[in-house]
Amino acid sequence: MAMSRQGARYLLLGPAGLWYAALLVLPLAVVLVYSFGERAAAGGYAPAFTLAQYANLGSRWTAFQNTLVLAPAGTLAALLIAYPLAYYLAVRVDPKWRTVLLVLVIVPFWTSILIRSYAWIYLLGGRGIPQLLADLGLGDWRLINTPFAVLVGIIYGYLPLMVFPIYVSLEKLDKRLLEAASDLGAPPWRRFVQVTLPLSLPGVATGSMLVFILLMGEYLIPQMLGGGKVFFVGNALVDLFLQSRNWAFGSAMAVTLVATMLVVVTVYMRFLKRIGAARDDVGLM
Amino acid sequence: MTVPEEGQQSDGRPVIAEFVGTTKRFGEVLAADRLDLRIRRGEFLSFLGPSGCGKTTALRMLAGLEAPSEGRILIDGQDMGGAPAHARPVNMVFQQYALFPHMTVAENVGYGLRQRRPRMERAEIARRVERALETVRLSGFGPRRIWQMSGGQQQRVALARAIVNEPKMLLLDEPMAALDAKLRGEMQMELLSLQRSLGITFVLVTHDQQEALSMSDRIVIMGQGRIVQTGTPRDLYDRPANRYVAGFVGQANIHEGRVEALAGDGLARVALGGGLSVTVAAPFAVTVGMAVEVAVRPEALRLSSGAADGADAMVAEVLHKTFLGEHIECLLRHEVLGQVQVNVPRQAERSLQGADVGARVHVLWDHGCGLILGRD
Repeated sequence: MAMSRQGARYLLLGPAGLWYAALLVLPLAVVLVYSFGERAAAGGYAPAFTLAQYANLGSRWTAFQNTLVLAPAGTLAALLIAYPLAYYLAVRVDPKWRTVLLVLVIVPFWTSILIRSYAWIYLLGGRGIPQLLADLGLGDWRLINTPFAVLVGIIYGYLPLMVFPIYVSLEKLDKRLLEAASDLGAPPWRRFVQVTLPLSLPGVATGSMLVFILLMGEYLIPQMLGGGKVFFVGNALVDLFLQSRNWAFGSAMAVTLVATMLVVVTVYMRFLKRIGAARDDVGLM
Repeated sequence: MTVPEEGQQSDGRPVIAEFVGTTKRFGEVLAADRLDLRIRRGEFLSFLGPSGCGKTTALRMLAGLEAPSEGRILIDGQDMGGAPAHARPVNMVFQQYALFPHMTVAENVGYGLRQRRPRMERAEIARRVERALETVRLSGFGPRRIWQMSGGQQQRVALARAIVNEPKMLLLDEPMAALDAKLRGEMQMELLSLQRSLGITFVLVTHDQQEALSMSDRIVIMGQGRIVQTGTPRDLYDRPANRYVAGFVGQANIHEGRVEALAGDGLARVALGGGLSVTVAAPFAVTVGMAVEVAVRPEALRLSSGAADGADAMVAEVLHKTFLGEHIECLLRHEVLGQVQVNVPRQAERSLQGADVGARVHVLWDHGCGLILGRD
């Protein structure tokens, strides 16, 4: 019995374990080792043990700054837009329209993000919205290749990932709790703040984590809508590995990115747990 | 048909709430149909009926969780009109309790007090919460989490959360449906003594006739969105207005017959066919020759080996006997009346001697037992 249970465990965890070992742990180990090395004369990696690459991180500070400002900003903006939408879909909408509207939220995913970003290049570019604003006499706007363009692209691309977890937590919220709050004298707004919002926090946490983690490693959207002017760590990495061929420095930067992400995520989880005040019955993820 | 509005104004207690022609439609469905009812201050009133009879809708309209489609609801003489739930002086104990999972027991109980404006002082809230928890015998459970409480304890938290607000009426929506039988019995007694000591009007919704009978001052029987009969448990049991009530409150043998003679004292002789006539109560005026339905409780009938004075007797064949502890339920077949149920109490078990399955015995119907039912 014990043996077969053991066997079952290996069988269940084996495929995923091998996958992660070969494609996550091993590459990460390689990156970690490379980060202490040097750039070979002809580009690539030369073995060494030096902290020189880490000492040099300051030269790429802008990439970190952009990432650390725009990823949280994008997450927050997506949250602020997604929550009302998710609330409407979960609570307010006539159930017969709900499925149709939920599908509409996903529909953009049917087209590649690449193509959708091209669309934004046109929309935000000189002959798109700025042209329209100029024709309306609203002044001269430059939108493409600005942080604003990257932010718009980010929100647009990741909104569904924020909407769905929040929708799920709101949808499964027991409507009788809301009736109970009303019955006990809470007007609608207070009822929302005291009951709906705290009970939907797990969805908010999941959505925010999902979007934030993906944004920290974002490459495509800043590449296309930031036009090399607004770049993330991801863009800097591509540059280092493929253009400058400085693998050691690239590795140091990648390691720093992962470490930063871990710190930020841990702090965020702690914070959520705190506002949840020992609310261990409401699982956070 | 005429429904006896038993004692609507009789005991002089002031009215705390009133339904006036209150109707509720959900699309095509008529959930509550022209309800007219006065709820008296301090009484324990139950809405009793099968699921879908409109009893919960009636309660939810009192709470303000549903708005009437037509008619009015008055609480303490005030037309509630469009008053939302949070502005009504009533509180509800929900089915499955609806306790807030993200709050402690004390936070749940204090929720209503924290909604008061101007704000109530924290210390005062804490004091009242503790007193409410004491009342439901949960002193010291304040810091617990809801999921750490058993079903029965959660029920009491829900109760404390409602009564701490000192509502004018406490509304209870099948509060004991989720409890096991033993706990339910205890909780019924507790609720009853709580109601007596607080003096708050309790309005209970239940589909459990035993629960309604044992707890209520008055019961409102509902069926298909309408009030079928209102009265004390005894009224409803002894004087069911029609077949529906007779069948829903307790068990009843119901037979068709024709009025043969008026026997005075509110009694009538009814011929049930096959030469059998019985003397039953006539709660309303009947005339000779009228076709009627007659109901008699299974425990009002007796079994015997022969006829007896003061009773009409019919001979029937024993089909089935079921031992139920305090009584034995006997199913018999009479050639004309069909199935007849007789409940024989344990003290009268001797009368069952010789009444084996297949045997033919006398069923005695005492004069004055049973009554003529109104037509639906």
